[in-house]
Amino acid sequence: MTDMPAVEQVAVPSAPAKSWGGRRAAPIVPEREIARNALMLVVAIMTFLSCLTLGAVTLVRDTSASWQTQIAREATIQIRPEEGLDMEAALEEAAGIARDFAGVNSVQIVDREATARLLEPWLGSGLDLDGLPVPRLVTVTIDRANPPDFEAMRSLLTERIRTASLDDHRTWADRLVAMARSTVMIGVAVLGLILAATMLTVVFATRGAMAGNGHVIEVLHFVGAEARFIAAEFRRHFLITGMKGAAIGGGAAAVAFAAFGFWAGRNLATPEADQATALFGNFAIGAAGYAGVAVIVIAVASLTAVTTHLTVIAFLKDLDVRQPDS
Amino acid sequence: MGPEILRDLSFAIPRGSFQFLSGPSGAGKTTLLRLLFMSLKPTRGLITIFGKDRSLITRRDLPMMRRRIGIVFQDFRLLDHMTTYENVALPLRVRGRDEASYRSDVTELLKWVGLGDRMHVLPPVLSGGEKQRAAIARALIEQPEILLADEPTGNVDPPLARRLLRLFIELNRLGTAVVIATHDLGLMDQVDARRMILSNGRLEIYD
Repeated sequence: MTDMPAVEQVAVPSAPAKSWGGRRAAPIVPEREIARNALMLVVAIMTFLSCLTLGAVTLVRDTSASWQTQIAREATIQIRPEEGLDMEAALEEAAGIARDFAGVNSVQIVDREATARLLEPWLGSGLDLDGLPVPRLVTVTIDRANPPDFEAMRSLLTERIRTASLDDHRTWADRLVAMARSTVMIGVAVLGLILAATMLTVVFATRGAMAGNGHVIEVLHFVGAEARFIAAEFRRHFLITGMKGAAIGGGAAAVAFAAFGFWAGRNLATPEADQATALFGNFAIGAAGYAGVAVIVIAVASLTAVTTHLTVIAFLKDLDVRQPDS
Repeated sequence: MGPEILRDLSFAIPRGSFQFLSGPSGAGKTTLLRLLFMSLKPTRGLITIFGKDRSLITRRDLPMMRRRIGIVFQDFRLLDHMTTYENVALPLRVRGRDEASYRSDVTELLKWVGLGDRMHVLPPVLSGGEKQRAAIARALIEQPEILLADEPTGNVDPPLARRLLRLFIELNRLGTAVVIATHDLGLMDQVDARRMILSNGRLEIYD
């Protein structure tokens, strides 16, 4: 190497650094508003839908449990009228029999007025029960933890009062339990599908948002950045985006639950609320529902980060095995 | 497997040497540089880099090996969301170095390549020559043992090309081996240096 020209500019004395202190360094991963907002929106929507489904499943599960509890807490003695039967005496006797059984908390005869009220929707007001062969009822409230011997009670009742029968609601309760179980299972299946759709949507949205960053990964790789450094930078960036989206979706779902609960509380005496209460009991998502929302939010945000990590690692692997192209 | 781009090449790049890699377009200059930079694997043959067999270098080892090599890409590969200063400082930043420890080095280097007044500008507003110098500065910031430059004067006018060449020569004087891929004969004529000419996949060396 000879005849090398002299270098014009060398060894410039080191100048005092400019005012770097006040300036924040650009992030390694560029901020792409549109891609980031689109990803955040997708994550928010899918998180919201997942949380709503979870809330609905929680509600159905709690409600079905309360149906079973309420029905299993009562039994009914029915006495049909017949010639020569002193209905009032029979009612008292039936109540006495029931009261003597262990596991019975209280016994109440449905009196004439209450019976008339029960029949009022069908037979109108001002009903004279004496003119009609209307069966009469005795409600027996039982101790669920220590239920009475229904078979013994049934045989004793029919032995003493020929037209008495005891309904412990078992058939009805069994059907209800079966229905509630299948409802909860359907709900869990729907939740599973929604969560699977959320996972796939979040994975593809994250990959889409990552697609524009290939050149950044490439440059970082070529200036000697280690794979874990690059992956960590992207993971952090997308984790924050995922967390924001998931928090928005989860937060909106929690607000929706609270709003429904508030509405139901405010409209206790209205027909709409009665309808909702008849179906769902107290419309309230319990602590488990809110905990589920938190779990979904964390899971979705983590999924975003894990997808980013895997995408970066796959991209880097691809960079190092690429075949000659020129 | 595609066509064979390079075959039967045998050469060494001694420590502190200076050479041009030349040949017509499509001869495989970029491919050879990428093989040296370990971003491509040879389909067959032996490449030894810093005393290590390329085929035995794992992906995990690559970043550490690459830190000893500076590369200037034909298309610069600057990150548009970072200023000139940040682009040049990037190799140090990804190593986890504290900014205070390299600030003056980066500033000095940027002044050395004539970008002292363009430090806080984003690449999209830099001219082709300025981008080229920023890319060169980024390759030099860690004082690599070997510098690979792909058509580093391809986008600049002759006076600036001469200036960049002087910059490479000065770097070489400081101990870095330099490989400049170019098909600019005028540039090569300015320096009496080793020439490696690629043609039809084969390499001829003129010391």
